[in-house]
Amino acid sequence: LTRRTRVVGIPRRRVDGRAKVTGQTRFADDLTFPRMLHCRLLRSTQPHARIVRVDTAAAQEIDGVHLVLTGDAFPISYGILPVSHDEHALCREKVRFVGDPVAAVIARDEATADLAAHRIVVEYEPLRTFATPADSLAHPEPRIHDYGDHGNVHRAVALQFGDVDEAIANADHVFDDVFFFEGNTHLPLEQHASVALKDPDGKLVVYSSTQTPHYLHLALAKALAMPAAHIRVVATPNGGGFGGKSDPFNHEIVVAKAALLLDRPVKICLNREEVFYCHRGRHPVLMRFRTGVTKEGRITGLDLQTLLDGGAYGSYGVASTFYTGALQTVTYDIPRYRFRGCRVFTNKPPCGPKRGHGTPQSRFGQEVQLDKIAERLGMDPAELRLGMIAPADSLTANYLRVGTIGLAECIRRVVDRSGWTTKFRQRPTGRGIGLACSSYLSGAGLPINWNDLPHSGVQLKLDRSGGVTVFCGATEIGQGSDDVLVAIVAEVLGIDPFDVRAVTGDTDLTPVDLGSYSSRVTLMMGNAAIQAAERARDRLAAAVGARLQVPVDRLVFADRRVFDSEHPEKGVTFQEAVCIAEAQFGTIGTTGSYTPPKSAARFKGGGVGPSPTYSYTAAVVEVDVDPDTGWITVPRVWIAHDIGCALNPTLVRGQVEGSVYMGLGEALMEEQAFRRLPARLSHALVHKFPSMLEYKSPTSLDMPDIVTDLIEHPDPAGPFGAKEVGQGPLLPIMPAVANAVFDAVGVRVDQVPITPEKVLRALQARAAGKPARVGPAEFPAIAWPEPLLVAPPWEGGDGRASNEPQRASKRTVDAGVEAKAAVRS
Amino acid sequence: VKIRLACSVNDEAVDVLVEDYKTVLEVLREDLHLTGTKHGCELGECGACAVLIDGSPVLSCLALAAESEGRSITTVEGLAEDGRLHPLQECFADLGAAQCGYCTPGILITAKALLDSEPRPSRERISEALSGNLCRCTGYLQIFEAVEAAAAQLADAREARR
Repeated sequence: LTRRTRVVGIPRRRVDGRAKVTGQTRFADDLTFPRMLHCRLLRSTQPHARIVRVDTAAAQEIDGVHLVLTGDAFPISYGILPVSHDEHALCREKVRFVGDPVAAVIARDEATADLAAHRIVVEYEPLRTFATPADSLAHPEPRIHDYGDHGNVHRAVALQFGDVDEAIANADHVFDDVFFFEGNTHLPLEQHASVALKDPDGKLVVYSSTQTPHYLHLALAKALAMPAAHIRVVATPNGGGFGGKSDPFNHEIVVAKAALLLDRPVKICLNREEVFYCHRGRHPVLMRFRTGVTKEGRITGLDLQTLLDGGAYGSYGVASTFYTGALQTVTYDIPRYRFRGCRVFTNKPPCGPKRGHGTPQSRFGQEVQLDKIAERLGMDPAELRLGMIAPADSLTANYLRVGTIGLAECIRRVVDRSGWTTKFRQRPTGRGIGLACSSYLSGAGLPINWNDLPHSGVQLKLDRSGGVTVFCGATEIGQGSDDVLVAIVAEVLGIDPFDVRAVTGDTDLTPVDLGSYSSRVTLMMGNAAIQAAERARDRLAAAVGARLQVPVDRLVFADRRVFDSEHPEKGVTFQEAVCIAEAQFGTIGTTGSYTPPKSAARFKGGGVGPSPTYSYTAAVVEVDVDPDTGWITVPRVWIAHDIGCALNPTLVRGQVEGSVYMGLGEALMEEQAFRRLPARLSHALVHKFPSMLEYKSPTSLDMPDIVTDLIEHPDPAGPFGAKEVGQGPLLPIMPAVANAVFDAVGVRVDQVPITPEKVLRALQARAAGKPARVGPAEFPAIAWPEPLLVAPPWEGGDGRASNEPQRASKRTVDAGVEAKAAVRS
Repeated sequence: VKIRLACSVNDEAVDVLVEDYKTVLEVLREDLHLTGTKHGCELGECGACAVLIDGSPVLSCLALAAESEGRSITTVEGLAEDGRLHPLQECFADLGAAQCGYCTPGILITAKALLDSEPRPSRERISEALSGNLCRCTGYLQIFEAVEAAAAQLADAREARR
């Protein structure tokens, strides 16, 4: 039975809109408490060095200093992934990048703390510094970490799905291309901030600008060796996250420790330079795509290699590595596939997840290569893609389950809207148009700490006032998760979103939701919310049906009433319904949970990539390129996104346009780049421009017109059919820009960002009779491990690797794992 | 060293002792607890800290508090009048112009300064006026639309008053 929705699908003011436009949203640094002290960190000035001595005596003598901490206070390591607990809140034996925190000062104000921090004397014994993946591959010693696959290789993985060499050898054409995607950073407007305090009964409370309060909760319990039940983490609304606030951070653990020791509230707010050094952003990735193609334009096999510059710590890096190879197959039909990925440590700020997590880099390579394939075969790039789209309701070669797929409709829509067929290869020199596609997860199918627990939990409280409070651990990072939560509850119960109060992101008050990452919140929290709300509706219906003598299946919840669909005047108000139900059943509270379906992949590494459903996007970008300067402007972008169902179209449009904006920044200007200080200084490896002025990002003046189309065919896996929208629409932008630049001036820039200088170099190369291309020349030889051999489903495979020892299932473990992860040192 | 600062903030007289090195931003947030004004860089690069001083938009992270003696400061907390939100605030909330909301106070202030001097600005003028305010969430288009909608509402209100 379908019925008209009254909240879902209708453009609305978000429930937290008023707070945001009045400046009343309380971000972490807006919090103050009586007796609050301030913390500053002293950070390493050396990129790689042994700590010989830390002398804090002078700092401790300064008036107003309450506490000085060093690595001695933090013997227990932590990290986001269980396989790389490689961080200490303050460095102990060595430092691994300029910016690694060495000591902390807690004082009456920031200025005093800062002054004291700079009185601390740290004696370093410099070690060889690794600036690039090539350095790290060439020199196994000294090791940046004493764990990892070998030398300075953090992790090298190899997976093979069918005989890809044979598939490529039998192809009509083989394309072999190398691409490079430079790293870039999230640049949230809000600098990371945290306040920790001991509450009156002695427990720890941490307010923090975190996207993942649950994982911070686990990290605090482990690093401070405290029972998790005695720690409360409150995720304050994030002033932008984009992945940059998804790791548990050293500063969070430091202020927690200090608050416990001093029994006073302690706050830290990073300055902008520190935010650049915190990073955890886009990995720089070098990649090689070797692809076999038939003369009709079908892929026979893909052999992909990626090399990730991980920076100094593990972070999400193992997952990022797998993600560079995971999602190619859910977009296009690739019958045989080999993926080899390698992440190395270097002495730079750690890389991690940024919007698109690991997939934008290889999406860039794949979509630019498809443009080259179309060019060589004399096919239209849109037609080429339409001919190879992955089938709906299928398993891919690497055992990802494709459900609904609206990619063909997305492509047709942007082709129509943009006038593609009259523009492509037909515009005057300097004007170009480019197409690219993508797909993304609607939530990771597996949790970070493998267990059988739900990924999202929701509780509902209905009270006699007719008010409804919804509790969920989901974290509002600006994307509108509070609004989605409230809207779903209001829709099911037939009330107004502003009748519902949301309590979110608080480990004391709310059931666990894993956090705002992997585009998981709308789908997972949404499904849990539907379950909780439907259970509440059923209770109310049972009581009201009995009172009114109306069969429950005839009752409708709408317009703040519960009434008989056949006699709409026969009914009660929502508030009366709650009272009737409470009189009959007692206090009305319900819960809902969501656990994703089990993955079909049973090989090691198959845990990265599965999702309940995938979103799809196609984009056409128009560019003007000045052939004399290489300067690129983008007047227009057309984008179509397969979202299943837009729960609040106002917010959805904001996610699409925000993704286009951020994608243009990555495509054209943003770089997290490093340089050596001169030898007469320290020769240290430092960020080139850790400031918002010089780290170039698009301004209002750089924005093109954006024509957004939403493709809405409800997906059975999503709440009201909704898929993700926060990350997918970013992904096609960078390759579409590159393809448009080729259409405009006939040169390939196989490297992001596509700066005027690179366009000009390519044009000059062409004028000199050289290949009209700028980009990496080759992919280095890497000592890959023997690939795990997994036969694709159509070659008799069952999702297991034929050459992998039988693995004990890790998915039977229970709550104990999370508790153990919290106490294991 | 503390200095005495007497000025007007959101039409209320303020008379406080503050450290002489403090910026307007620091005095607003730390001494007056008006945390609606944000900081993103404290170097004048991002626009998050914009306030109006005697009606002109100023980056409060670069303005010494001592220099605002006797002047009139307006922050996001002062935009609403008689308990009613300013049309810019209503339109920003309705049209998706605030996502995370962190740049929003600075953008509202800058947009108010624009509309105060140019009641019906073109899209180009709005874009120019806001080019010193970074927003990482929205891609700016919904912000432009909200400013245009607010300008139209203000124009209608002026028309109605005539």
